[in-house]
Amino acid sequence: MIPAPFEYVRPSSVAEAVSAIGAAGEDGKILAGGQSLIPVLRLRLAYPTTLVDLGRVAEMQGVRDDGDAIVIGAMTTHHDVMHDPLVAEHAPLIAQATGTIADPQVRHRGTFGGALSHADPAGDLGAVALALGCEFVASGPGGERRIAASEFFHDYLTTALAPDEVLTQVRVPKLGAGWSSHYEKFNRVAQAWSIVGVAALVRRDNGSIAEARIGLTNMGSTPVRAAAVESALAGADVGSVAAAAEHAADGTNPPSDLSGQADYRQHLARVLTKRAVLAAVGS
Amino acid sequence: MTAVDERPEAEIGKARRRKEDAHLITGRTRWTDNLSVPGMLHLAMLRSPMAHATITSIDPTDARSRPGVVAVFTGADFKDVQGNVPCAWPVTPDMVNPGAPSLAVDQVNFAGECVAVVVARSKAEAQDALEGIDIEYEPLPPVLDMDQAVKDGATLVHPNTESNRSYTWVFESGAAGTGAPIDDALRDAEVTVSRRFVQQRLIPAFMEPRAVMVEPSGEGVTVWSATQIPHILRVMLALTLGLPEHKVRVIAPDVGGGFGGKIPVTPEEIISVLVARRLNKPVKYTESRSESLMAAHHGRDQLQDITITATRDGTVTGLDVHLLADMGAYLRLVGPGVPILGAFMYNAIYKIPAYRFVCEGIFTTKTPTDAYRGAGRPEATFAIERIMDELAVELGMDPMELRRKNWIKHEEFPFTTVAGLTYDSGNYEAATDKALELIGWNDLRAEQQERRDSNDPVQLGLGISTFTEMCGLAPSRVLGSLSYGAGGWEHAAIRMLPTGKVEVVTGASPHGQGHETAFAQIVADKLGVAFEDVELIHGDTASSHKGLDTYGSRSLAVGGIAIVNAADKVIEKARKIAAHLLEANEADLEFSGGKFRVAGSPGSEVGIADAALAVFAAHNLPDGVEPSIDAEATYDPENFSFPHGTHLCAVEIDTETGMTKIRKYVCVDDVGTPINPLIIEGQVHGGLAQGIAQALFEEAVYDDAGNLTTGTFVDYTLPSAADLPSFTTERTETPSTTNPLGVKGVGEAGTIASTPAVVNAIVDALRPFGVNDIRMPATPERVWRAIHGGGKHRAAGGTTAYGGASTSTSDGDGGDLQ
Ligand SMILES: Cc1cc2nc3c(=O)[nH]c(=O)nc-3n(C[C@H](O)[C@H](O)[C@H](O)COP(=O)(O)OP(=O)(O)OC[C@H]3O[C@@H](n4cnc5c(N)ncnc54)[C@H](O)[C@@H]3O)c2cc1C
Repeated sequence: MIPAPFEYVRPSSVAEAVSAIGAAGEDGKILAGGQSLIPVLRLRLAYPTTLVDLGRVAEMQGVRDDGDAIVIGAMTTHHDVMHDPLVAEHAPLIAQATGTIADPQVRHRGTFGGALSHADPAGDLGAVALALGCEFVASGPGGERRIAASEFFHDYLTTALAPDEVLTQVRVPKLGAGWSSHYEKFNRVAQAWSIVGVAALVRRDNGSIAEARIGLTNMGSTPVRAAAVESALAGADVGSVAAAAEHAADGTNPPSDLSGQADYRQHLARVLTKRAVLAAVGS
Repeated sequence: MTAVDERPEAEIGKARRRKEDAHLITGRTRWTDNLSVPGMLHLAMLRSPMAHATITSIDPTDARSRPGVVAVFTGADFKDVQGNVPCAWPVTPDMVNPGAPSLAVDQVNFAGECVAVVVARSKAEAQDALEGIDIEYEPLPPVLDMDQAVKDGATLVHPNTESNRSYTWVFESGAAGTGAPIDDALRDAEVTVSRRFVQQRLIPAFMEPRAVMVEPSGEGVTVWSATQIPHILRVMLALTLGLPEHKVRVIAPDVGGGFGGKIPVTPEEIISVLVARRLNKPVKYTESRSESLMAAHHGRDQLQDITITATRDGTVTGLDVHLLADMGAYLRLVGPGVPILGAFMYNAIYKIPAYRFVCEGIFTTKTPTDAYRGAGRPEATFAIERIMDELAVELGMDPMELRRKNWIKHEEFPFTTVAGLTYDSGNYEAATDKALELIGWNDLRAEQQERRDSNDPVQLGLGISTFTEMCGLAPSRVLGSLSYGAGGWEHAAIRMLPTGKVEVVTGASPHGQGHETAFAQIVADKLGVAFEDVELIHGDTASSHKGLDTYGSRSLAVGGIAIVNAADKVIEKARKIAAHLLEANEADLEFSGGKFRVAGSPGSEVGIADAALAVFAAHNLPDGVEPSIDAEATYDPENFSFPHGTHLCAVEIDTETGMTKIRKYVCVDDVGTPINPLIIEGQVHGGLAQGIAQALFEEAVYDDAGNLTTGTFVDYTLPSAADLPSFTTERTETPSTTNPLGVKGVGEAGTIASTPAVVNAIVDALRPFGVNDIRMPATPERVWRAIHGGGKHRAAGGTTAYGGASTSTSDGDGGDLQ
């Protein structure tokens, strides 16, 4: 199918992008890698009048070191994120989860910022960003602001970004010593979205688990933290991971669809959380 | 002096890479959508978003005024000339065919049906203008569930019918004289096992979407179409639209897959011809992937009630099959016949004394169904192979022992079955023994026991499927006895060029099978010419005027034999020329390696190329001999061929998540004499992928309103290589005795055999949990529910039937049995 007609703007800086999206008004839409947006346009499920293509905004691409955080430009492709040495060193969880997204073609076009802005609860990066405590940097007509991951995801496909704001970068705090991680994804066919996914970050101290942060994919209309598991794991030894993981679905409200009814998803969340935490601690 | 064998190495049996792959794989070739002709306009179809509704008004005024739009047509514009989308298979004399308009006129009967067509200067303008067509519908209740559809008082899909039942087709061995009466077997049974199996609806999902381009010319048209059946399409367009057949030319350029999905004559083809002729302008239409999934025909979709009877010692005594087969909203080209093809295959490789097969073809408000790889035979093989396992459990017998006890022994061939077919050859023992050894059956059984004993969260299951199929469609008289609208012969011609090169014309129109390679190998061997010197001409009714196209694993077993027969005629014609040139007696000439020699006197010889040159020059020919050694042949098989095989599958099931992983898949297929082992392997691999996909991944799901929920590849989960194991494929060779090459078909074997192997393996793994059936596709959720519901969940099914075949998800696949 062919999208309905639209105007096309291709800014080359964040400032230009912000003014272009402001000028486009209500029916303007940002285009990043196009992997989610273009199918929607082709199916004519959306009719933006203007597309603002961020593909030429060089300052939004790449990963850099910024002291206690690494900064991932919103327009960095999944492929580049997966193969970035800073990501490998300071946030291997991101690289691992990104590697489970779709296929090489999609990963060469889709972007880190596009996936997070799109905020599909079945997307893998939201849970990872929550667990890592990332900060989202947005630019709008009023300037730049930072949004905590815990404040970013509002609802299904809805974020804290205002319609005239551009997500420019994501700050990923560097983890100190003792942290390890694992992303456990469950899907029916290799290239499919998560039925449920679990992002686990664990800090070991003297053999026991000092601290754990668990993010869940597709267990509600937004990515969520499994707070009850996190508190059950604090100070626990590895032998009690299974019991702690039993709380993984507490308070969740997952969807029912062709891939799974809600109760099955809740069951999966418990099983996968156990597996993710055990894999993170290396047993 | 040592005699040097100058004959080229035999081509038949060589694992040659396919000639056609370079252009097919790179796409640097002519697909229909790549083509254009001067002045061509583009079409876009407006499709019904409703499953069942009357069209109360339709106003294209706004669309007509959109930029680039040349015309907009609705059903009213063509209702007097469009006729019906043809169905060539009235399976019973009283089959009800309510008619199938290409463009709906006043009622729509499935979501996706064409209701209007926009003609514009560009494809984009045509699609934009669809939104300018103002159409109003008055909804009618959808008809989705076959069990409900056949009840008295059910909503009728078609107002001009009295019931949603199109036909009831019955075969009973007592009445047919092919076996004992089924009622006796049922009455006297020591053991009876009954099941309802659900053959879910599948989408053929060929890679190249359907596309058609039409150029009008005077009274006729030239049609390029991504079709499997250029020859049949030509006849059908002539008959349906009243066009003079000799003014209709149909070309199937390279076609990117079909799997049966490009067999029917389509509404889109007919609409394109109508528009091109109405405007006297060339037009092109290419469907989008969404349109393809929604509106190109679907496959399978049957409810199978099956009962098997046996003696306590495990001798099968009877088989009773009752099918409800979903035709969807309309009868397509061979749609009604697809489940009937299964009628001959439920008895499979077994000696079953009594058999009944009843099939009811049912209308629903869903996409029409028609052939999909295997067409009727996978469904039959699934049902018999699943119920053999259940019978084995009931008898406390090993499932392979039960099969061995009942199958036709090697020395019993030829064997006439209870369904009336005569199987020419086979060796089930050899294929099975080889497969068991290759998979390491006994070790796997031991491992299974260990995992059971230790309550391992990962359980192992072993599945068997033995199969045979009738392929090489088909002896024309058999098709005639089944009321099929055409024969089953195939045509070939061989043209010898003056430089010794060879053109082979075939009526079998390939869409990815490898005809260009395999057929060249046959001709190279027959005529003793180089493989590279043979060119295949196909897929254009102007150059290959006669043919019945490609489906039903027929191209080699029927089309290949036509080529062999044509080659024999070429040799006979060349023999006369050679005898003349050698001044010898025809009867004294030997032909081998492409050369004629006088027996016993080496030295002087005339090659087939010399004969070709001699007739081109025509300076020195025997009296009364025409200057040509070209020949053609039309071959009608006397019988089907019956490939068979044993497929074994080992699955690991993660009982915590329900995920099934195929650990090992071994198949030993017997497809007779191999022409090209590499092509065979390719066909088997692709077939396995599709059969396994039915078991584990694919299902076309409709919602309560009759809309296709699995309308994109996000929801219609086709597997990729990453989801499939590395297959072990081996062969035994029992040549067919019904054709001179000894070949049997291979195109559908993998699809037919693999589905029950996988499902039997899953059920085998889950038996300790009280599970004795699982519905396809066996998704992780269904498997998990089967384990944790003790077989009581609808998702798992059991001896008690499912609550109908409604694939609506609103009542939840996770719900309890209703
Ligand atoms: C076949 C397929 C399979 C997939 N599987 C997965 C999967 O398994 N897991 C997964 O996580 N994802 C998956 N995806 C989605 C993939 O990650 C996409 O890359 C992502 O969803 C969108 O990124 P994009 O750069 O393509 O954004 P686009 O499609 O260009 O944009 C998506 C949305 O975000 C908005 N947007 C984009 N960038 C910005 C920005 N900088 N500021 C503000 N708004 C912005 C756009 O306006 C649009 O609304 C899949 C996609 C496909 C096509």
